[in-house]
Amino acid sequence: MIKKAVYALLLVAVLGGTPAFAQTTPPKTPTAGQDDFVPVSAPTNANDTIPAPRLVAIAYGFIWVVLFGYLWSVRSRLGRVEREMETVSRRVSAGRK
Amino acid sequence: MLNRLFVPLAVVAAAMFAYAPFMILNAPYEATMGLVQKIFYFHASAGMGLFLAAFVSGIGSAVFLFTRKPAADRVAVAGAELTVMLGLIVLVTGPLWARKAWGVWWQWDARLTSTLVMWMIFNAYLLLRRYGGPGSDRLAAAVSLFGMANVPFVYWSVNVWRTLHPTTSVIPSLKPGMRGPFWFCVVAFLLVSTLILMVRTELEKRRQELDELYLAVED
Repeated sequence: MIKKAVYALLLVAVLGGTPAFAQTTPPKTPTAGQDDFVPVSAPTNANDTIPAPRLVAIAYGFIWVVLFGYLWSVRSRLGRVEREMETVSRRVSAGRK
Repeated sequence: MLNRLFVPLAVVAAAMFAYAPFMILNAPYEATMGLVQKIFYFHASAGMGLFLAAFVSGIGSAVFLFTRKPAADRVAVAGAELTVMLGLIVLVTGPLWARKAWGVWWQWDARLTSTLVMWMIFNAYLLLRRYGGPGSDRLAAAVSLFGMANVPFVYWSVNVWRTLHPTTSVIPSLKPGMRGPFWFCVVAFLLVSTLILMVRTELEKRRQELDELYLAVED
């Protein structure tokens, strides 16, 4: 029953996606920095009103906080479960005696 | 084997993450976007990790649905949580880049919208696992399959539909000064993702053992 449901889901996903990929790609007007990146040795838009250094710093800071925050969360959850296992194991062995 | 490799791999990953900012800092600027384009190095790497994690969760779910093996379910849960975490990174760093490059934080184009939908599907998976009650593991596995089916749409959306987002041709056409730092960041992200997947799977295993212990106490 579940196998049939999974097959049906996959079939819907594949068939649903086919027309989208079969259609002809609409003519695109290439924008700078959209199809390839052109390297230069110094930034050309240093006097812009939106401060790029702040955005870059926030982005990298966020990545570090999320990555290490998540690692810490997994580690602390693992520690909590292991402590709970020890407590329950003691109860089980005490019950057997 | 994997357990013995965990600590050395974690040290390598930490060293790579510490060194990556220096490589990115020394990489050339992009001609039209300038400094803000440097977000690309971690943003696109996290995106690759996101696709991989979604596949891990989807394949784990498929194996669980067909075989009922708890180990496959554990991998699926770990993959789904990793997808949500990497998706959060992609969905936050992308708008920070867009604010400067496009002048707006968000655009409801195919790539951004499909990524958001995929992220929400895996959030739904985790909510189902947390609050769905008995039997929710199978229902959640089907949700994860839907999430995985979204990955090709998200990937090709930039090539098929008209979007503001850079196309997939950007990465193969990267110039040497940008190529090295980019692939370095990709390896760092994939390594960290693999390590997180291992630890998270272990957590799920311990949780199942704890549940069995509680059942033993009740008996």
